[in-house]
Formats: sequence, structure tokens, C-alpha cells
Amino acid sequence: MQRFVILLAALLALAPAPLAPAWAQDTLLNVSYDPTRELYRAVNDAFAKAYQAESGRRVAIRTSHGGSGAQARAVLDGLEADVVTLAVASDIDAIAAKGLLAKNWATRLPDDSTPFTSTIVLLVRAGNPKQVKDWPDLIRPGIAVITPNPKTSGGARWNYLAALAWAMRQPGATEASGEEFLRKLFANVPVLDTGARGATNTFVQRGMGDVLIAWENEAMLAQQELGPGKFDVVYPSLSIRAEPPVAVVDSVVDKRGSRAAAEAYLRFLYTKPAQEIAARNHYRPRDTEVAARHAAEFPAIPMVGITEFGGWDKAQAAHFADGGVFDRIFAKGR
Amino acid sequence: MTLAWVGLLVVLPLAALVARPWELGMHGVVASLTQPRVLAALRLSFGMALGAAALNLVLGGLVAWVLVRTRFPGRRLADALVDLPFALPTAVSGIALTTLYAPNGWLGGLAAPFGLSIAYARPGIFIALLFVGLPYMVRAIQPVLHDLPGDVEEAASTLGATHWQIVTRVILPAIAPAAVVGFAMAFARAVGEYGSVIFIAGNMPNRTEIAPLLIVIRLEQLDYAGAAALALAMLALSFLILAALNLLQRRLRRHLA
Amino acid sequence: MTAGVQGGVGLRAPGWERWLAIGLALLVLLVLLVLPLALVFAEALSRGWAGVASALADPDAQSAIRLTLLVAAITVPVNTLGGLAAAWCIARFRFPGRGLLLTIIELPLTISPVISGLVWVLLFGRNGWFGPALGRADIQIVFALPGLVLATLFVTFPFVLRAILPLMQAQGSAEEQAAITLGAPAWRVFLHVTLPNIRFALLQGVLLCNARAMGEFGAVAVVSGRIRGLTNTMPLHIEATYNDYQAQAAFAVAALLALLALVTLAARAGLEWGTRRER
Repeated sequence: MQRFVILLAALLALAPAPLAPAWAQDTLLNVSYDPTRELYRAVNDAFAKAYQAESGRRVAIRTSHGGSGAQARAVLDGLEADVVTLAVASDIDAIAAKGLLAKNWATRLPDDSTPFTSTIVLLVRAGNPKQVKDWPDLIRPGIAVITPNPKTSGGARWNYLAALAWAMRQPGATEASGEEFLRKLFANVPVLDTGARGATNTFVQRGMGDVLIAWENEAMLAQQELGPGKFDVVYPSLSIRAEPPVAVVDSVVDKRGSRAAAEAYLRFLYTKPAQEIAARNHYRPRDTEVAARHAAEFPAIPMVGITEFGGWDKAQAAHFADGGVFDRIFAKGR
Repeated sequence: MTLAWVGLLVVLPLAALVARPWELGMHGVVASLTQPRVLAALRLSFGMALGAAALNLVLGGLVAWVLVRTRFPGRRLADALVDLPFALPTAVSGIALTTLYAPNGWLGGLAAPFGLSIAYARPGIFIALLFVGLPYMVRAIQPVLHDLPGDVEEAASTLGATHWQIVTRVILPAIAPAAVVGFAMAFARAVGEYGSVIFIAGNMPNRTEIAPLLIVIRLEQLDYAGAAALALAMLALSFLILAALNLLQRRLRRHLA
Repeated sequence: MTAGVQGGVGLRAPGWERWLAIGLALLVLLVLLVLPLALVFAEALSRGWAGVASALADPDAQSAIRLTLLVAAITVPVNTLGGLAAAWCIARFRFPGRGLLLTIIELPLTISPVISGLVWVLLFGRNGWFGPALGRADIQIVFALPGLVLATLFVTFPFVLRAILPLMQAQGSAEEQAAITLGAPAWRVFLHVTLPNIRFALLQGVLLCNARAMGEFGAVAVVSGRIRGLTNTMPLHIEATYNDYQAQAAFAVAALLALLALVTLAARAGLEWGTRRER
């Protein structure tokens, strides 16, 4: 009987071995957030080719997708991510706070380590039957708004801040009026999915709601994949520049000896081919030349940055932490 | 060997769970458990689970009785189907139930014209919990009903008892202890159910947010202690309810004997 | 218990109430059980058999199927042996803490799957009790196969025991004691006396354990890390493809899993039939 326990222990200890690839090649694990599946599938193929041409080494990239917060937690709990590509900087900050990567990670790559950007838009049903044109329309009675839970979804945090940015730019706006706007907005939300993709599915597949607040790339992808002509994208009068950051996880790459490949992978994101892939997947490229080529697809609208809210540190603590504004919205008036 | 198996696989992990919340301090634990949103989630999870288990008493009892006492074509198939929720992955049941009961689904579409929403509202949670609990109830009652001689019912009927009397005086007392066991199992399964519920629940704080989801949310906010505190609270509550049901079951059994 | 009891007497009192009861019961089964299942298959086949084939041929799907089978292949034997040993102890010996042991074994049934995953993270995660030690030894438990196995073990823990314990308690130990008195060694008694007596109940427990092991979602989601082609089990792969806007592919894998479940159920029903005939 004891022998059996030993056998079990041995089995458990040996188990990781068959999971490691048998042939010699570099492997990278990219732990990413929900709507980037299609993007990184294309990027990974392109990078593998470019990397082999350049260094002569083969590289296989695996990806893991989930809610941005959940993914950060998994990395903190020991998921061996070589690179993290998450929805909001605060999630990478949380990993850095535990010492897994340098605190100054954002400065190690151009543009605050955000190789492409996006913004927050409104997706409505074809012909816009409820005449949703801008943020104030979302708090009208009888409008059902779909947005995910900012506690679990990075995209939802951008949605929330974009709405708040508009409310705070209104004449005579105060913190109280901003909070009141959000309270009315969330009173119109019938379903709070845990991730951006879940919210899109609820809106598009399940037919719930009149308007979906979503990443621009997510809205365009949904339109393209699920029903051309069934949905319209509405650009609000003001939105937020959503900057999903990328970083190499120092402690993991140093342990695995994969730093060179990991850094090459992230640098590749800034190259023209990768920027082109990003643009085709509806992310706004940083590269001016690529951006110019796709200018027609990405209307220029007024956008605020996260600095409007004092950076992610402050925004996270004020709005999304336990007892923050989001909790207050739900504590009151329900 | 038994002890190693139980110790390694159950006691050790549970010890980790029990030990974790206290890093918040007693006050912190109480504070983290008495937030209105937490209380609402606990009320919802336990209320819905108890309600679904109660309705399953009726539905499960009916199905069990029909499967044991009647013959109809396809009975064996129906019998095998009862275990389906048990064998079907919860995520699959969740997606399937949501697709079915969403306003544009096969069944949700029937309710929508009447202004009823099933998916993304409490009825949806209730249906998902009914779904996961049903086999426990049927499988608890079935063997007892099976062993209860049919001639008792027959005799009662010959003596002029109405069907209703047969049900309340003969069948119910006999199956009561087993029904309590089934109720306990269906409840225990339903209260912790996650996979099939998150798809169909609207997940709105204070209204349709179940306690297991709140555990996940806390986990994602890196609030391990808070997550463990809520997990422990759920565990303690269900343990109390199950202990009470166990006591009731023993009373009934003694009463029967 | 004889077959005659349930076969004959009940039948002689038909009447509209009986048919109403049958109708209602079937309606319950239809709405609650059959429709969701039908939907899974209908969606899976919405692009024909070619759609199903291509969904199952996807390398990530293949890896998920392999992983799920591997996890089940490890967890089911472990919990079967453990369950057998525990049932034997509890049914045959009186010892202090016997009731407590039984309660502890049944605990996983009452625990939310999410918590079942969480406990392993609390133990073996980087910030868990054994996290630092494992990190030094470079052993990966959560977010790798061992974590998946442990979470599944925890969730399917009591199934075998629950299936065989009532039977072992009911049968008592007279036969075993007779064999021991005749000088048979303990393991032979177990193999030739105990095991044949409980074999159908045991098989049922094993089948249910297996079904649950393959279908577990909540607990596995917490410890998997969701690495495509590496730590995604079938239920996680279903969720991932569903979220990739490939509902048909998701339902195709779901249908395969449901089919495995149905085979399990059919095997179980067949066994029950066999048991009844044997008696």
C-alpha cells in the first residue's frame, strides 16, 4: 500500500516530462487576455518564420487566453509565462509588485510598452433601431446595455472609464455627477459577463441588449465573424485610448533561458509586418506608415488617455478595488 | 493507505483553505463576509439551492415513482437519461441551457412574448440548479421505492383508499428518509455549482451573482484571504444544513422503524 | 427484492392518473434533460459531418482529448483503489473516528468545484504553502498535469466509495471471515470473496467517477492555466472555442464528450440490468 503512495508521488513528479516537447526548439508561453486570440494566432506564425530566418532557431509559441485579471493571477500563482500581453497596465503592475518582473517594465519598450492601441466603441443592432448615438443615450430608460464586469475584465475597465471620461467632460461635472452617470448606466445593464468575449457572445449570439460597449477591435471582429450587416459600430463623441501593454516576465525567462526569444517576440510586435497584422485584426497600429495605410478603417475621434484618471494605479484603487466607486454604484440604489 | 489517500487528497487541501482567511484577522474576516454584496450572493446561492432542491423533491419523486411503478415504451432510456446532468460537463450544460432559454432560444423564445426572461435572470439560475440536482433526488428515492412492495399500495387501494391517500399515507412516509438524503445531495451540489450557472445567470451584483462567482472574482483581484473566507463560510453553512438534514433523516428512519 | 414486485402489481392499476404521472415525468425529463442534449447535437451537426470532423481534427482539440483521457486514466484508478480501501476499512472495522472519516470523504461532494481548484492553488501555487519549496526544486504542479490530476482527484474523490459502501455494509463480513478461518491470506480473500460480491457496484462507481473526471470544468479551470494545446482539457477547450466564435466546433467537441457520457450511462444501465438478472 505504501508502495502505491510512492508510485503515485513518482507519477506526479514525472508527469511534467511528457508535456515538454521532445525536440529541441525554443518555446514561449504568451499569457494574454480575451479578445487577442485571432491577433496572436496570426502574429505567432509570422514571428516563428521571421525568427527562424533571423536566428536559425525554431520557436513554438503557445498562448493562454482569459480575463485579464484572471490571467495575471495565474501568472502570480506560478503559470510560467515568458511574456504577458494583458488588457490593462495595472494587471502587469500587480505581477511586478510581487517581484516577477522589473517595476519599470513599461519603459523597456517604445510607447509605454503598448505596440498597438484600441479604443472603446458602441456596437448596436443593424440600422440602430434605438438611435444610440453617444454616451448619454446609454442611460435612457428602456435601453439595455451589455458590458462585462470591470472587476474581472480588463476591457470592461476601459469601457467604464470611457463612459466616465465623457461624463466628467460635461459642463458642471463633479465626481458625484460622474458617479451618478455610471450608476444610471449600470442600472441599464441586464447581464454582467466575466469577460469581454462573454459579453460579445451575449449580445451577438444570445440577442441580449440594445448596445454593447466593446473594444473597437472586438466590435469589428464580431461584425466580421458573426454577421456582416447585422450590427453597426457607433463612435461616441469622446472615448478613451485603450493601451493594452506587453512585457517579458523576467523571473520566468531567466529561469527557462528564454529571454532572447521572448524579447525578440515582443520587439517583433513593433515591426511593420506585425503592425500590419495588428491593423488587419482591427487594432490601431503605432507605426505611422501602417496607420496611414489603414486610416480609413480607424476613424479619428477625440480620445482621452489613462492619464486623465491619474494613471492605472490611481484609477484601479479609486474605482475597481473593494469598496471603490464600482462597489458603491451597486451598493446604492438597488 | 486509506489515511494517506484521505489525508493527502482531502485533509491537506482543506487545511490550507481553513488556515488562509485568518491572515485578515478576525475583524477582517467578519468585515469581508458582511459586505451587502456578499450577503446578497450567499442569500441567492443558498436560497436558490434550497428552492431547487425542494422542487426537485416533487419532480424527482414523480420521476422516480414513474420509473419504478409504471411501464411504458422507452422507460429504460428515460431511466438512463436521468444521470445525464451528472455526466455532462457543467460548461456544456451551461452553454446548452443558456442557448435554450435565452430570449432567442428554443424555449426562451416561448416565454419572451409574455415578458418573461429566463436566462440572465433568477429563473435561469433556478433551472440550472434543478438540472444538476435532479439525478441525485431520483437516484436516492428510486431504490427505496423499488424495495417498497407494490402490494402495499395495492392493498391500500383495495381497502378503498384514494390515490391521494395512498401517496400521503403510504408512499411518502416510506420514502421520506431517502428523500431527505436526496434533498441534501441535490442541495449540496446546487449550492456550489459554478460551470452551468455562470453562463445562464446574469451575474449582476446583488441580484444574480452567485457566491461561487464571487469567490472567483475575489481570487482574480488577488484577494486570496477574502476568497478563502467566503469559501469557508459557504462550507460551514452547507455543513450546518447538511448536518441538520442528516439529523432529520435519522429521526425519520427511527420513526419508520 | 424480486423482479415480480415491481413488474406485476404496479401495472394492474392504470387509470388516467397513472398516465398523467407518466406524462408529467416525461415532460420534466424532456424539458430539463433531453432538450439541452438535443441542442448540443443539433448545433454540432449544424455544418454537417464535415464540420464535426474538422473540429475534432484540430490539433488543439486532439491535445485536449488526449489530456482529458490521460487525466481520467490517472484519477480513476487512484480513486478506485482509495475508495476500495476506505470502504473496506469503514465496513469491516470499528475504530474511533470512523464517522468522521466518512464525513471527510464525503466532503468534496458538498464543496463548490471552484473551491476544489482553489485549495490546490493555496497549497502548490507560487504563494501557497509549498510554493517556494516547489519553485526551488523546479517542480510545476498547478498549471500543469499534476494540478489537473489533483483537482480532478478531489472532485471525483467519493464516487467509488459511495457506490460500494452500502453494499459492503449490507453484506457483512461473514463470508470473508469464513475464508480467513480457512487460512486464506487477506489479499486472496479480498480478490476472491470481497471483490466478486461488489463487482457491479464497483463498476458503477468507477463509471460515474470516470464521467465526472472527464467532464469537470470549474475545478480544472482554476488550476489549468488554459494553455492551448497543453493544459486545456476538453471542457476548457469547449469553452475556449465557443469564445472564439466557433460555436459549431465547440458543440462538436461537446457532443463527443456528451457521447462519452452517454456510453458511460448506457454501460451503467446495462450493468444494472445484469445485476438484476443475476439476482
